[in-house]
Amino acid sequence: MTFEQIYQQSVAEWNALWGGDKPCILVGTATCGRAAGALDILEVIHEELARQRIEAIVIQVGCIGLCYAEPIIDIIKPGQPHILYGNLTTKVVPQLIEDYLIKDNPRPDLALGYIGEGELDGIPKLFELPVLKSQKRLILRNCGFIDPENIKHYIANGGYSGLVKALGMTPGGIIEEIRKAGLRGRGGAGFPTWQKWSLCRRSLGKEKYIICNADEGDPGAFMNRALLESDPHSVLEGMVIGAYTIGANNGYVYCRAEYPLALERLTVALRQMEEYGLLGDDILGSGFGFHMEIKEGAGAFVCGEETALMASIEGRRGMPRSRPPFPASSGLWGKPTNINNVETWAGVTLIMQRGGEWYSQYGNEKSKGTRTFSLAGKVRRTGLIEVPLGIKLGEIIHEIGGGITASKDFKAVQTGGPSGGCLPATMIDSPVDYESLTAAGSIMGSGGLVVMDEDTCMVDIAKYFLSFTQAESCGKCVPCRVGTRQMLNILERICNGDGAPGDIELLEKLANTVKSTSLCGLGQTAPNPVLTTIRYFRDEYEAHIKERRCPACVCKKLISFYILPDKCQGCGICLRNCPAEAISGGKKMIHVIDQSKCIKCGTCLDVCPTRFSAVVKVSGKEIEVPEKPIPVGTHFNHNLG
Amino acid sequence: MESNENDIGDILTCHKKRRESLIPILQKIQDKLGYITRGTVSEVAEYLNISESEVFGVASFYTGIHLTPRGEYSVKVCEGTACHVRAGERILDEVERKLGIKHDEITRDGKFSLERVACFGSCALAPVMVVNKDVYGHMTVSRVVEILRKYR
Repeated sequence: MTFEQIYQQSVAEWNALWGGDKPCILVGTATCGRAAGALDILEVIHEELARQRIEAIVIQVGCIGLCYAEPIIDIIKPGQPHILYGNLTTKVVPQLIEDYLIKDNPRPDLALGYIGEGELDGIPKLFELPVLKSQKRLILRNCGFIDPENIKHYIANGGYSGLVKALGMTPGGIIEEIRKAGLRGRGGAGFPTWQKWSLCRRSLGKEKYIICNADEGDPGAFMNRALLESDPHSVLEGMVIGAYTIGANNGYVYCRAEYPLALERLTVALRQMEEYGLLGDDILGSGFGFHMEIKEGAGAFVCGEETALMASIEGRRGMPRSRPPFPASSGLWGKPTNINNVETWAGVTLIMQRGGEWYSQYGNEKSKGTRTFSLAGKVRRTGLIEVPLGIKLGEIIHEIGGGITASKDFKAVQTGGPSGGCLPATMIDSPVDYESLTAAGSIMGSGGLVVMDEDTCMVDIAKYFLSFTQAESCGKCVPCRVGTRQMLNILERICNGDGAPGDIELLEKLANTVKSTSLCGLGQTAPNPVLTTIRYFRDEYEAHIKERRCPACVCKKLISFYILPDKCQGCGICLRNCPAEAISGGKKMIHVIDQSKCIKCGTCLDVCPTRFSAVVKVSGKEIEVPEKPIPVGTHFNHNLG
Repeated sequence: MESNENDIGDILTCHKKRRESLIPILQKIQDKLGYITRGTVSEVAEYLNISESEVFGVASFYTGIHLTPRGEYSVKVCEGTACHVRAGERILDEVERKLGIKHDEITRDGKFSLERVACFGSCALAPVMVVNKDVYGHMTVSRVVEILRKYR
């Protein structure tokens, strides 16, 4: 079969989905959907359709990115627009199916929005919602709309047309197209992709390799997972294009084991590519041969570093080595190797499908195109987003993210994971691009954005990241192995209230040493969270050291919980729930926490009914309370200021 | 779950006798036996014609490869950034209290083992906890008991 025939067949199959007389139900079952109960929803849908004898097509799709509203389904009735429903429960779904599919009531109360022509009473246009309005969904164009396990859905939507085009071009022509697009590596460092490719292409040697780095290890980042689960072919197509350009005949996708669904979908995708002649000895009759394998990671963060990743593929301990030689000249088994991140490969696909010039219209002068981010933390609308580079930080947090949860104040945003930094609220107007983030002491990194509010302690965050990098340091070079340990010791000391004057300066000195002398990116960037929090939140460090106080009331050793005598009504909920048996009381007695037994878990604060709000959490002060339970109503003066 | 030669013989023969097969072999053995036993280390070393210390070196380097038994149900609590700022540590504390073990330990009846995981990539639903392959999002301290009860 020629590609044209495959394409025609795919389009016919795709159109038949919407052109028939059966309704179509798309259920988002990527990992985040599943965590919110999407598989239960799926089951209920099947049961309900059978019970009501409705014939409908049910398709499992990936993630549309509105994770805050999961589980999400999309119902398309013949001749009607897509209507997306969110925050569904197994209780509500049978009613929704009956109401919309039988009684023709689209249930605006449950709908998130619609996609299509015309107006729908009471339902907004999906892409006009604040969460989607400033997004540009290019990389994520298919996510949530196609079946990731059906290659024909991908092909029907323009898939593999980029490869067909590339196979008709010279490798030099392809590199020129990528250069025109201005694509830079999405793994973190932002190296121009065309330059990387031409270096590897020019390297001597018959045997060359292509690698996709899908070892998305940054805590707080999940864009690559979502893309691989929702549209794996868009990544794989880019890899074949890259292989053809560089002259590689073998490739690997190195994906972390913590992403079982992504691994499963990649496996299915590779099998389908072989079936359709998009992988193998003679791709689409071009004479070019390329084979690909999936390598499952084994849980080492450092393997996100390219030389460590290659060591891991070779079956060795994932330890980085010094560069040069760069992988472009000596990589996997000493052969020239080109390694790019998941999103970079997907960008290549897009550029070859739509053209370099078209791509370069997005973004700003030095950072072209769009970028996916995972927006998480204390923001109202968490999810997977895609925005043009250069967008303002504030637009992402307040418009797309809908601001901070529980009406708290926005304090900082963490970009770039353990290699990045925390940017304060004052930088809300700075553009999100490679240069601006680096100038602010952070990095673009892999694309995780974790939003923090006033309840987040910045010293604790620095300690959190350091404990991560310290544990993940492979131990090969001294600055990283010992330096991160020493920095962590100091941070632990500060968080425990044992900080000493001069600790901040010592931390800075150590941080700069580790930064400039470590062997690989892990060590060179590990101090960033410490340095940026000191730079922007020095007062918090000082409060911990000088006043033994944690302003955000997070650091356990520096906080205490108290039950306010004039508010406690003696209901006993806190006593029953306290896991440490630290609370004493009785019926209609003012309850008291034994500070020596309290483990500071905060359960009492959570369970105390809001109408009483008798439990408080304080740092740096003591509240006078009775020593033993006394009857409710007994007058007791406390010194809560 | 004792290993004998027959147990992993099939796994070994499915893989090429090359160094790059080492990690996939260890992963397959772990899928079957739950962890890498002492005996399998030497079998793998012999099959790939490398030293036992090299096999052990690789097995002990990767946190995803276990050298001690796992519980029937492996409880993993996410410690990613998003989970951390949404108080994931309290979930971990509660699981530790309810199971009576610390992380990286196994209950006496062999039913549960507990691990901290750097990030599951379900950050939008933080805090997250996983039992075998079931993912639980928006965790709260009080839900811990009810979820663990399902597996008892």
